[in-house]
Amino acid sequence: MSRRLPRKAVVIVGLGWTGSIMAYELAKTGLDVVAIERGPWRDTASDFNIGTAADELRYGIRLDLFLRTKQETITARNNMSQTALPIRRWGAFLPGNGVGGAGVHWNGQTWRFLPDDFRIRSHMIERYGEKIMPADNTIQDWPVSYDELESSYDRFEYLAGISGKAGNLRGQIQPGGNPFEGARMREFPTPPLKQGYAQDLFTKAAAEKGLHPFPRPSANISTAYTNPYGCSMAPCTYCGFCERFGCANYSKSTPQTCVLPVLMREPTFEARTECEVTKVNLSADGKRATGVTYVDRNGEEWEQPADLVLLCAYGLFNVRMMLLSGIGKPYDPNRNEGVVGRNYAYQCGGGATGYFEDAKFNPFAAAGSLGAAADDYNSDNFDHGGLGFVGGGSMTCAYTNGRPIAYHPVPPGTPNWGSKWKRAVRDTYQRVANVGVQGSVMSYRGCYLDLDPTYKDPLGRPLMRMTFDYQDNERKMSAWMSERSNEVVKAMGAKQTQMSRLNGPWSVVPYQTTHNTGGAVMGSNPKTSAVNRYLQSWDVPNVFVMGASAFPQNAGYNPTGTVGALTYWALDAIVGQYLKNPGALVQA
Amino acid sequence: MNRTTRRQLLSASALVALTGTAFGRSFRNGLPWSPNEAYPPSPITPRAWQFFSPDEVAAVDAIVDRLIPSDDLGAGGREAGCTVFIDRQLAGPYGVHDGLYMDGPFPPNPLPSQGLQSPVTPRQQYRQGLAALSAYCKATYAGRVFASLSHEEQDALLTAMEKGEAKLPGYDGRSLFAAIYANTIEGYFADPVYGGNRDMVGWKLVGFPGTRYDYRDVIDKPNQPYMLPPVAMQGRPAWGQLP
Ligand SMILES: Cc1cc2nc3c(=O)[nH]c(=O)nc-3n(C[C@H](O)[C@H](O)[C@H](O)COP(=O)(O)OP(=O)(O)OC[C@H]3O[C@@H](n4cnc5c(N)ncnc54)[C@H](O)[C@@H]3O)c2cc1C
Repeated sequence: MSRRLPRKAVVIVGLGWTGSIMAYELAKTGLDVVAIERGPWRDTASDFNIGTAADELRYGIRLDLFLRTKQETITARNNMSQTALPIRRWGAFLPGNGVGGAGVHWNGQTWRFLPDDFRIRSHMIERYGEKIMPADNTIQDWPVSYDELESSYDRFEYLAGISGKAGNLRGQIQPGGNPFEGARMREFPTPPLKQGYAQDLFTKAAAEKGLHPFPRPSANISTAYTNPYGCSMAPCTYCGFCERFGCANYSKSTPQTCVLPVLMREPTFEARTECEVTKVNLSADGKRATGVTYVDRNGEEWEQPADLVLLCAYGLFNVRMMLLSGIGKPYDPNRNEGVVGRNYAYQCGGGATGYFEDAKFNPFAAAGSLGAAADDYNSDNFDHGGLGFVGGGSMTCAYTNGRPIAYHPVPPGTPNWGSKWKRAVRDTYQRVANVGVQGSVMSYRGCYLDLDPTYKDPLGRPLMRMTFDYQDNERKMSAWMSERSNEVVKAMGAKQTQMSRLNGPWSVVPYQTTHNTGGAVMGSNPKTSAVNRYLQSWDVPNVFVMGASAFPQNAGYNPTGTVGALTYWALDAIVGQYLKNPGALVQA
Repeated sequence: MNRTTRRQLLSASALVALTGTAFGRSFRNGLPWSPNEAYPPSPITPRAWQFFSPDEVAAVDAIVDRLIPSDDLGAGGREAGCTVFIDRQLAGPYGVHDGLYMDGPFPPNPLPSQGLQSPVTPRQQYRQGLAALSAYCKATYAGRVFASLSHEEQDALLTAMEKGEAKLPGYDGRSLFAAIYANTIEGYFADPVYGGNRDMVGWKLVGFPGTRYDYRDVIDKPNQPYMLPPVAMQGRPAWGQLP
């Protein structure tokens, strides 16, 4: 039996990137806001202390900051004919846990999607005809345009102090920036990070090949910065401990550095940690959320009534919460009907590694987002005619780190161990540069999320099941991108190169990206989307669902810039319209 | 690690301090930490072996020494303390699959793309695997154990295990090899606080400066060698004598 707590105006499920922004902006209006977070409290001084933060084994390999699969995991299979099995040890992606969410230990590569990405279906068909669309795709246009989102992107970037160089200021192409990007109204809040030797080689080689290189936008920031909330950050020291680690320098934009210091001073805000929300409670007719139920660390169950419920639990867990609570119709791939779980997508890799003679790349002098990029092969920035695929990717020459347990490259053909291996490890560490691709993944009828029929969490509730594989479209795209990357690596002067390939089925084992998208996509038709253009549930209008779960398919970039933009976009609709007149913001 | 962490203490006192409703933890009106509180790992100190038996120590010493031999480039796996590292890892939470989802069913033929699908913990893996290796060696090499084989014999057997060609009795040689290989690499390159990478040999081999945490000067000087010696979490080599 759960005990009922006093009512709150707003309950937020999860206190990561999206939850903290929502919490602060809503508490500021005077509303009583409670955020319920299943992991522990985390903060820079207490948890990411400079004396202990640079510990590769603890954080990078044993994954100390991440969710334990024992608490919640996901079952996975490649297609509907297989039996899904639980991910017992995280590999392909790494869900966050605790205050700050995955925002604590992200790399900080912070992109805007391209204007074409938001209407990719219409755009591709207009330019190339229906025949270019891949088999069984469920690709759909976003219900918002780049121009509508521009000011929200801007707010997230200024919140986070993103370091970069504009390529398109109010329609004027800027030297040194990304000429393909959508128009931005003002410069980045901070200048780009410094680049290393490999990035200099890339920038020269790419320019010689007619590409348009630019510094990758970064949430490891280049200079001291105070954001509009009044939170201050310090310059990045290129320590190379970003992804999987907390930043001890206050240099990485995270909820800890950018929001929590002011959020925690809001008198109407409360954070409850080590409390797992198990369900959004609905009224008898299923049309209103009455609040949430959660279980605290002692196993006690509580009911927290609220007027407004914001799911900010990370895309995947938002979808499971909706499935477990009965919000929206679950997707049925056989009939291609229903919306919750539909259009799950991911990110696909590609690229080429170059082995150089005599270089001193100093890979340890790095930052999660340090890198030189080129967008010439992203989205529809190039002619897809005759290529046989939709999509593309951003191409980057980067060092995120040189941490040696995971990073001790050897040239192809080297033995795996023994004295020869040891010598190759020594001789190669300084001499490898990589051009990597962050590729788009389209959405398909057979790639989706639902509840697993067999495996349960510790509370006895079904785990979520992921059915996913890279389809031909993505495999072709990745192979083509790897060829392009290889050309650039060669032009950089590599003596030996090796292309990466999407071989075999998608696997849960090697880390790829924590860029899980879709499952509760935004759209203008309730038959093909779970939430409307303001991320409001079509079925239960006092529930809003933040995060990359809203992406109809994934673009050739990391997601969080767009996740942040959508958060501010939804926030404006909540504050400007919903709170004045609670109800559906879009009529179905 | 039996030490009560500050976090446990904090949680415990928070529970006592809570009046009325018993939430997990409730935070409002300010930040709930005191500066300079962190939870550092306890350094490995010279103590008795915590998991391995003497026979197991001999076998693992011999294996890590073939995987990363001591040579003119510096200490290898054994001298670097990889066996100590693995012993302490197995004795700790890693050894028991702590935090991992271990509910069944465990179907017999999972897809390779589905990753770890066995309830056998790293501790069981080493115990059973090393026993199988010992039995295999005694049967194949006239009563000798792995540690007493020649380097050539050891290398040939490790190669066969790696390829899945050595049929150890009742244990998959390939999975034993994979576990020891992964843990040896970890031990050789992890911070010395965990008992391996003694004198930061792994870091010196590749030129990784450790935990210096500030390379603005390096970024400013492209393509220049880095000359400073590495620094570890304890600031100096964490020597731990073999027990
Ligand atoms: C290793 C890594 C590297 C990354 N690098 C990049 C990058 O370079 N660029 C980029 O754009 N993105 C990157 N990302 C992704 C980025 O971190 C996420 O997009 C972002 O954090 C999503 O914000 P969110 O608010 O949706 O989820 P999160 O920030 O993860 O917050 C969700 C919170 O909800 C909590 N929660 C979940 N379920 C419950 C429940 N039932 N009850 C209570 N609380 C719950 C979680 O504990 C978590 O704290 C990376 C992610 C990882 C893990």
